[in-house]
Amino acid sequence: MADLSIDFCGIKSPNPFWLASAPPSNSAYQVQKAFSEGWGGAVWKTVGAPVLNVCNRYGTIDYKGSKIIGLNNVELISDRPLDVNLREMKETKRNFPKHAVIASIMVESKKEAWQEIVKRVEDTGADGFELNFGCPHGMSERGMGSAMGQVPEYTCMVTEWVMEATKLPVIVKLTPNVTDIVQPARAAIRGKASALSLINTINSIMGVDLDTFAIKPDVGGKGGHGGYAGQAVKPIALHLLSAVASDIEVQKAKVPISGIGGIETWQDAAEFILLGSTSVQVCTAVMKWGFRIVDDMIEGLSNWMDSKGFRTIDDFVGKSLPRISSFGDFDLGFQSVARIDHDKCIHCNLCYIACNDAAHQCIDMKSMKWNGDTTEKLYPVVREEDCVGCDLCSRVCPVDDCISMVEINTGRPHITWNELVKQKPEILEWDKMEEYRKTANIHIH
Amino acid sequence: MAEHYKPQKYKAWELTLEERFQEYYPPLSEREATVEANRCLFCFDAPCMVACPTHIDIPTFIRKISTGNVKGSAKTILESNLLGATCSRVCPVEELCEGACVLKAEHKPIMIGRLQRYAMDYASENNLKFFEKGKSNGKKVAVIGAGPAGLSCAGELAKLGFAVTCFEKKPMAGGLDTYGIVVFREPVQVSLSEVKLVEDLGVSVKTNMEIGKDIILDNLVNEYDAVFVSVGLGNVPDMKIPGENLPGVLDGLDFIEETKVKKLNEIKFGDRISIIGAGNTGIDCATIARRLGAKRVTMVYRRSEAEMPAYHFEYQFALGEGVSFMFLTQPIEIIGDKKVEGLKCIRMDLGEPDASGRRMPIAVPDSEFILPCDMVIKAIGQNKPNEMIAALSKYGVETRKGYIAVDDETKRTKHAKIFAGGDCIRSHGEASTVMAVQDGKIAAAAIHKQLLGTASPNEKHLEPVLTAPVK
Repeated sequence: MADLSIDFCGIKSPNPFWLASAPPSNSAYQVQKAFSEGWGGAVWKTVGAPVLNVCNRYGTIDYKGSKIIGLNNVELISDRPLDVNLREMKETKRNFPKHAVIASIMVESKKEAWQEIVKRVEDTGADGFELNFGCPHGMSERGMGSAMGQVPEYTCMVTEWVMEATKLPVIVKLTPNVTDIVQPARAAIRGKASALSLINTINSIMGVDLDTFAIKPDVGGKGGHGGYAGQAVKPIALHLLSAVASDIEVQKAKVPISGIGGIETWQDAAEFILLGSTSVQVCTAVMKWGFRIVDDMIEGLSNWMDSKGFRTIDDFVGKSLPRISSFGDFDLGFQSVARIDHDKCIHCNLCYIACNDAAHQCIDMKSMKWNGDTTEKLYPVVREEDCVGCDLCSRVCPVDDCISMVEINTGRPHITWNELVKQKPEILEWDKMEEYRKTANIHIH
Repeated sequence: MAEHYKPQKYKAWELTLEERFQEYYPPLSEREATVEANRCLFCFDAPCMVACPTHIDIPTFIRKISTGNVKGSAKTILESNLLGATCSRVCPVEELCEGACVLKAEHKPIMIGRLQRYAMDYASENNLKFFEKGKSNGKKVAVIGAGPAGLSCAGELAKLGFAVTCFEKKPMAGGLDTYGIVVFREPVQVSLSEVKLVEDLGVSVKTNMEIGKDIILDNLVNEYDAVFVSVGLGNVPDMKIPGENLPGVLDGLDFIEETKVKKLNEIKFGDRISIIGAGNTGIDCATIARRLGAKRVTMVYRRSEAEMPAYHFEYQFALGEGVSFMFLTQPIEIIGDKKVEGLKCIRMDLGEPDASGRRMPIAVPDSEFILPCDMVIKAIGQNKPNEMIAALSKYGVETRKGYIAVDDETKRTKHAKIFAGGDCIRSHGEASTVMAVQDGKIAAAAIHKQLLGTASPNEKHLEPVLTAPVK
């Protein structure tokens, strides 16, 4: 049996599954229920400045019969009085001393305000802080949340204020609503943050009602940008996580990362961990199904770790990071072509039309008898010599393992774009590029 | 089974005998299972889980399939039901879990049975083991009859540290799961691997051991700390009509058993077969007969379709197999010189409701006729376990409607050491594998509590896991 416990810059947790700072971690009742159902930690719903909420607060993207593949919200930080939250944090930590209780905090941009709330939270016995520099709606208009996270200088400054006031671990939560997330990550590290978490929600408008022209979500006839989360944002979160986790300054600082963004299952969690997360935070999936999903997350991750021979979470944190590269360093000599298994083909012809209309016209429909056919049937057949190996056909194929991409040896030199441009800068002209293609056995039809 | 199930393409005349006896429903592919599992809403305090007599946490096992944690899925099933593989194949899911599915009304219910089979097949293909024999607590329990109730009780007790010995009269354990379920619903191997699972928990299963012949009941009651009686029921009763002993008249359960233990091409069957009775066993006999190659198979039943005891889906299945039904027809004599040549019947009408609440069949005068046939199969229920009841009577064990009487909460008889479960106690409710499994679980928990004085850790699986506080 794998050991799922983690030590996240001194914050100990029986497993890497934490509730993200969000509605499910709004109260002692919820957090303690979550802990008793298996969650390892919780980042308390952000406490700080007084707020007033509106309704409706949520909008969703449903996809072809499946509810909530994406969720956006315009809910603010906790609207419960600070005293109540602090008292409940204390009670929760007392009842669950081995679980991670992390206070998410956000106040106006004043040193005294930040340092005061830090002191007050410390008295609860909480294990650490998460600085909410990411909330993209409501708070940002008041100069808080993502308004801080979008300006690296502010991120660094506030982190310094907090670090000056506490010895507890401090996690800086990053907003994705920036051009280059590495900049605020580095700023947090300059401010001596103990850890990073990402991503917060993404600016979004969920849709427009075609009968009433109302914005979704509809707040009494008006609508505005809200924070987008859920399964749909997972690829964006994975990219931003990998960008931060593979950044040289982040790596030098050796700070752990808590991954957030569309985690629904143990498989999602494993992917985040492989790309550099030590803990993972979940909100939308809990909002859809409740805390009970953690049972399968723990068991599934543990079974998978056993099957891979990983004994601890540390055994695979960031294991896939070395594979993160960039286009200029990819192997131009790697060639794959599509192979269709005609035994499995169900004749939907989706590969044909995708290749023909949207790719490189290298699948033909051929009339043939295949393996026991009594009459000739039309089969999609790849012209391998023309296949560019784009992989679109196998992406659209509805049958598992029917179209596979097979590596072939074309004799092309295994060289990267960066190396090639260095060796042959002349190929940046079209005529020289044409010459190179001939010598390298690259044919564009 | 729900109508949306995808059966094999079935054209009997295009298939070999062996192919006709393969499992009727093919296993779900990984893609089918994943798509179906993702259709499940993952209801909270779900009705399917309440409807399952063993209260398997169905939403959880299905979610685990959807996330690719099929190993965990199998564990969830087996924690509540050690015979999950059999139940996934033979449970009347339309009446139970799938009948309760919230998607039933406006959508299609989730294929719970077939998803369960998917997880169970995965566990068996990967030879996964989830449970260990418990640390010995020094207590011994005898189980009489290694059918589903006995195996369930024995397995649960072994997990709790009891030394359990099962005594089985037949050459193979598994009871009706091994001998009485048509092979195209459940291959023998599935039942035998469940026997193996229980044996791997340390249970000693002794076959060819009949009470009163090979072992004495008194010895078991004296030597063991508790005895669980799960002997099932007896043979098909006599119809008490002339010609009943002619060659060519068979007991329905014997007929089914032949397909489980013999080579298919060695089974004798007639060209024209009359089946008497219209319960689920009768349907099994009829469909087997058709698949063996009988040209005409007719089920003869004295009441009408509305009263027939067979599940509706079984009736539909039989119709699809080309079985004919003669309702409101009462057999009165089996005709034949040296062997069966025909079944003499009389037409019936329905009168006023009888004691069972069903309308009473009344003979139509002068309507006798002869149904030509060369084989008659009796499927009109089973005898009560009369010999066992007689043997138990000296211990003060009582009966209820001819079945062994037990306390519903503990499955204990009037004698403190003797518990019972399965078809032999089924004075009310449906006789089924899944009910038998639950009886075994309940008895195991009660035996634990009685002998060790503490609640069994497995008690949490006796009831559905309903957690919402109701205000």
